[in-house]
Amino acid sequence: MEFAELIKTPRVDNVVLHRPFYPAVEGTLCLTGHHLILSSRQDNTEELWLLHSNIDAIDKRFVGSLGTIIIKCKDFRIIQLDIPGMEECLNIASSIEALSTLDSITLMYPFFYRPMFEVIEDGWHSFLPEQEFELYSSATSEWRLSYVNTEFAVCPSYPPIVTVPKSIDDEALRKVATFRHGGRFPVLSYYHKKNGMVIMRSGQPLTGTNGRRCKEDEKLINATLRAGKRGYIIDTRSLNVAQQARAKGGGFEQEAHYPQWRRIHKSIERYHTLQESLIKLVEACNDQTHNMDRWLSKLEASNWLTHIKEILTAACLAAQCIDREGASILIHGTEGTDSTLQVTSLAQIILEPRSRTIRGFEALIEREWLQAGHPFQQRCAQSAYCNTKQKWEAPVFLLFLDCVWQILRQFPCSFEFNENFLIMLFEHAYASQFGTFLGNNESERCKLKLQQKTMSLWSWVNQPGELSKFTNPLFEANNLVIWPSVAPQSLPLWEGIFLRWNRSSKYLDEAYEEMVNIIEYNKELQAKVNILRRQLAELETEDGMQESP
Amino acid sequence: MEHIRTTKVEQVKLLDRFSTSNKSLTGTLYLTATHLLFIDSHQKETWILHHHIASVEKLALTTSGCPLVIQCKNFRTVHFIVPRERDCHDIYNSLLQLSKQAKYEDLYAFSYNPKQNDSERLQGWQLIDLAEEYKRMGVPNSHWQLSDANRDYKICETYPRELYVPRIASKPIIVGSSKFRSKGRFPVLSYYHQDKEAAICRCSQPLSGFSARCLEDEHLLQAISKANPVNRYMYVVDTRPKLNAMANRAAGKGYENEDNYSNIRFQFVGIENIHVMRSSLQKLLEVNGTKGLSVNDFYSGLESSGWLRHIKAVMDAAIFLAKAITVENASVLVHCSDGWDRTSQVCSLGSLLLDSYYRTIKGFMVLIEKDWISFGHKFSERCGHLDGDPKEVSPVFTQFLECVWHLTEQFPQAFEFSEAFLLQIHEHIHSCQFGNFLGNCQKEREELKLKEKTYSLWPFLLEDQKKYLNPLYSSTSHRFTVLEPNTISFNFKFWRNMYHQFDRTLHPRQSVFNMIMNMNEQNKQLEKDIKDLESKIKQRKNKQTDGILTKELLHSVHPESPTLKTSLCFKEQTLLPVNDALRTIEGSSLADNRYSEYAEEFSKSEPAVVSLEYGVARMTC
Repeated sequence: MEFAELIKTPRVDNVVLHRPFYPAVEGTLCLTGHHLILSSRQDNTEELWLLHSNIDAIDKRFVGSLGTIIIKCKDFRIIQLDIPGMEECLNIASSIEALSTLDSITLMYPFFYRPMFEVIEDGWHSFLPEQEFELYSSATSEWRLSYVNTEFAVCPSYPPIVTVPKSIDDEALRKVATFRHGGRFPVLSYYHKKNGMVIMRSGQPLTGTNGRRCKEDEKLINATLRAGKRGYIIDTRSLNVAQQARAKGGGFEQEAHYPQWRRIHKSIERYHTLQESLIKLVEACNDQTHNMDRWLSKLEASNWLTHIKEILTAACLAAQCIDREGASILIHGTEGTDSTLQVTSLAQIILEPRSRTIRGFEALIEREWLQAGHPFQQRCAQSAYCNTKQKWEAPVFLLFLDCVWQILRQFPCSFEFNENFLIMLFEHAYASQFGTFLGNNESERCKLKLQQKTMSLWSWVNQPGELSKFTNPLFEANNLVIWPSVAPQSLPLWEGIFLRWNRSSKYLDEAYEEMVNIIEYNKELQAKVNILRRQLAELETEDGMQESP
Repeated sequence: MEHIRTTKVEQVKLLDRFSTSNKSLTGTLYLTATHLLFIDSHQKETWILHHHIASVEKLALTTSGCPLVIQCKNFRTVHFIVPRERDCHDIYNSLLQLSKQAKYEDLYAFSYNPKQNDSERLQGWQLIDLAEEYKRMGVPNSHWQLSDANRDYKICETYPRELYVPRIASKPIIVGSSKFRSKGRFPVLSYYHQDKEAAICRCSQPLSGFSARCLEDEHLLQAISKANPVNRYMYVVDTRPKLNAMANRAAGKGYENEDNYSNIRFQFVGIENIHVMRSSLQKLLEVNGTKGLSVNDFYSGLESSGWLRHIKAVMDAAIFLAKAITVENASVLVHCSDGWDRTSQVCSLGSLLLDSYYRTIKGFMVLIEKDWISFGHKFSERCGHLDGDPKEVSPVFTQFLECVWHLTEQFPQAFEFSEAFLLQIHEHIHSCQFGNFLGNCQKEREELKLKEKTYSLWPFLLEDQKKYLNPLYSSTSHRFTVLEPNTISFNFKFWRNMYHQFDRTLHPRQSVFNMIMNMNEQNKQLEKDIKDLESKIKQRKNKQTDGILTKELLHSVHPESPTLKTSLCFKEQTLLPVNDALRTIEGSSLADNRYSEYAEEFSKSEPAVVSLEYGVARMTC
C-alpha cells in the first residue's frame, strides 16, 4: 500500500501529548495510513485517535533535539506533541502533512473503514427522492418527478431525480437548463402544505449583457403561480453584484420578462469572505490574552455574526413570503449551491415542523445540501487554520448549522435534536469515517461508488444507542411556524463550537445532565403514578364487587 | 395628587420600540398617584411605577399626535403617541413632578400598605439579623470583637452602629484611625473566613496626602494582620486605578505608603469611578435602543461603552480577594475613595465567591444587607430616589448584580436563586416601594423611622421564593465551596434579560428555565401522589386480607375514614386514561401558559427586525 511510503517513522516512544482540559500524557505515537494514535499503554488513560483528514495545519518547533509539533484540527482543536529526536519529529511532521492532504478521494478513510456495528438501516437508502415526493404528493398534483438528469447530462450538480411542475416536460427542462448557471434549472425545494406555496431554487439566469431571455424558463416558473398571484424572486446577491454578473454572462430576471415576479436582493457573502471571517473568528477565540476591548473588536471584525444575521434574515424573509404573503418564491444567487441552500434550508426549519425532528433534519441535509449539490469536498477541504489561500473553501455549511443553533436556542423545546447533533454534523462534514460528505455532488458520488464502498453517516447516527446522545430531552412537537429574532442582542456566539476547546464546559455539562435527570425522573414518576392509579382502581372495583352483594 | 391634571387619556398609541414600521397598540392611558397605566385593546396592562421613571421626553409633534418617550430605571422604554398635544403636555408635566420627589416622605414606601399589622411589619424587619450573620461567620472570637465605638454614630455617621474590629485594637486606636480615613470610615471587618482564619476588611482611603501618616491607623492595620494567626502579611487592595489614587493625594487623600505599614502588600485593581460607570451605562443603553441595530454597531457600541470591561474589572478584583484568602491564607483590606461603592462591590462579591451561604436566597439578602445597606452604600443617591444631584447617580449596585449573573451563567448549579431573583431585586432598589433601600446610610434610615413607617422587601421575596428558585441548584454539593470563575474576556456576555427585560421580541420564545422549574415542582407533587397512592393501596390490601373485620372498622367513625374519603375524591378526579392524565398535568403548567402566550405572539406579529429588513428589501426591488 502506498501509505507505507509516506510513513518514514511509524512509531516513536516517549512522546508527550498536550491537549485542552487533559493532563499531559506520555506515550507511544503511532502513525497509520489514516490515523495518528497516541497510547500511553496504561489501562486507564485515554488514547488519542486522530484522523489525518481532521488535521488542518501543523507547526513544528525545535528546542535542542526536542521537537514539538502543533496540530491544528479542522474542528478547531489544537494539540501539541513533544517528540524526542529531531529526525523522528521531522519525519512525523512530513508524514502528517502528506497524509492529511491526500489528493485522491479513494484513498480517504471512508474507503477503508469497516464498521464495528451492525447496520440496521442502510443510510444510503434512508432518504430517497421518491419517498420525499410522496410526503407532499398527497396534497398536490401540480408537481412531478423528472428523470431528465438520470445520466447527469442536463445538470452535473443535480441529482438524477428532481421535482418540477407537472406541466413542464423534460424537453423544456433541457432548454431551461441551458439558460441557468451550471444547468441548474428551477426545481422544487419545499412545498408548504398549509397554503400550497412553494420554494424553488436554481442557478442565476444567463441573461448576459444583451438581456437574453428564455420562454421556457418563464413558463416554468410561472407554472408555479396561481392565477392572478405574484411570486417573489429572492436573489442572494446585492443588486450591484447581480448587475455585474451580466458581464460574465450571468444576470438576473428582468421585470419585463417576468412581470408576475417581484425581485428582492438580499446580499449574503460568498466563499472567500466567509472563509476569512471564520479564520478571524477562530483566531480571536483562541487568543485568551485579549482584553475586553480587543476581544469585542476582534469578534466584531470577524463579521461572523453579521453573516449569521444576514443569512437568517434572508431565510425569515423567504418564510415570510410563503407563510404571510401567501406567495411562492424562487431563490438563487450565482451558482445556487451555497447561499441559496442556506436560505432554502433555513426557511424550511422555520416553516416545517418535520425539519426540526432528527429524521426530518437528516432528510433536509440529504435533500437540500447533498443532493442539491453543495460542493462539500471543496468547501470543507480546509478549515480555520489553512494558510494556503485556496479558492474554494468556505464555511457555508457551518454557517447554516450555526443559524440552526441560533433558532434552536430561541426555541429550545421545538427541536427533536440537541446542540451535539449539530456539532457532530460539523465534524463529519470536515473529517469522517463515513462517505456521506465525500464528493461535491451526486454525480461524483456515483462515480466514486460511495454507496457500495463506504458507509453512510446515517447508518451510524440512526442507531438507537447513538441517537440518544443527540436527542433533545425538552422536545415537544410544535406545529407552528417559528419566527426567530434576528436582532444582534438575540444572536450570541456559538460557544459550543467556537469556545469548545478554550474553556472548560464541565459545570455547564453537569447542569445539562441535571436537567436531563429532572426530566427523566419526571417521566419515571408519571409512569409510576399511572401504575399505582390503575392498581388502586382495580382494588377498588374488587372491593366494590365484594361489597355489593 | 396636586400634580395630576389629567387622569385618563384615550386613543393613545404604544409604539413597538424596535419596529420601524410604526407598529403600535392603541389603548387608554391612566395616571394614578403611584403608577402610569396603559391598557391596550386586548386588555393587556402595562404598569409603570412613577419612581421607576428615569426620564420623560416630549418629542416634536407628528401628524398622528404628540410622542412621549419614557425611559425607566429598570430599562423599560415606552414610546406613546398621545393624540392631543394638550393631554401630552399635562401628562408630561405630571410625570416630571411625580417621578422626582423632593422629600423621602413622598416616596411610595410611605404610602404602600400590604395589609400587614405592626407586629408582622416588625417581624419582617427582623428577618435579617446581622449580629446573627457575624456569629455564623464565627465572630466574635479570640481575635475579633464587637466594638461599641460607633454605637451613637459618633465616629462615623455612614457606618452601622455595630462594627467588628480586631480584639487588640483599642478605642483610641480606632478613633485615631478614623480621623485619618476619609469620612471617618476606618478599617472594619466585612467577612471572616473561619477555616482560614483570614478576614476581608473594608475602609475608605487614608488622608495621607503626599507624606502624612497616622500611627493609630498603622496600628490598626497591624492589628488586622495580627488577627490572622496563619499569615502575617495582609493585602491592602485599592480598587481605584492608580492614576485616580495618585490624583487624590493632591487633595490630601491618597493611598497607603507601604513603607509606613509593616507587613502589608499594596495593590491597585483599577475599577473606574461612579461617573465613568454612569456614562458607560448611558452609552450601552444608547446602543441597545437603536432601531435596526447592526451586529457590528452592537459590538462596537458594546466595546466603546466599556461596560463589560468594567464588569470584568470588578470580577477580577473579587477573585483577587478570594485567592488571597484561599491560596495564601492572607487577610485583605479593601478600599476605594469613600469605601461605599467599589469597596462594597468587591467585598460582597469576594464573600460570595468564598461562601456558599451567600449563594442561597436568604444568604444573598444577608450579603446585601451587610455589605451594601449597613455599610452605607448610598442607595438613594446612586438610584436617584429623590430629585437630587444627577452626578451622584451611578449603576454600582446594578454592576454587582450583573457580576452575580455572570457567575450564575458559569456555575449554573451553584446558586439557589435564579436570574429572576436578581431582576426582582434590581426592580426594587429603584421602586421605593419598600424601605430597605431608602436613605444613604443606617443613621439616615433610623431618622426616617423606616422600620415603623415602611415595610421590608425581604419577607415578601422569601414568601415568593418559589418564583426565584434555581431548579438546577445542587445544595448538597461541596464542590462549590469556593467559586473560581474564568475571566477570559469571552466569558463576559451582554445581559439581555436585564437590559431588554421588557423587550419580549428579543427573548428566546421558549424558556428552558421555566420548563425545568415547573417540572421540578411537578415532580414534588408526583412524589406526594405516589406516597398517597401507595398508602391507599396498602390500606385496601390490608382491608382485603383482614376481611370483614376491617370492613366494619372502616364503616364506623374512625380516624381512617377521612383519608378514605379523600381517596375517593382523588379517584374521581384523576382516574383518566394514562395519556390524558399526563396531558392534563402538563397543560396546566406555567410553561405551557407562557408558551401559548408566545404562540399567540408569533402567530400575529413577526419579529420587528425581520419586517424592517423586509421593508428595506422591498425598496430595492
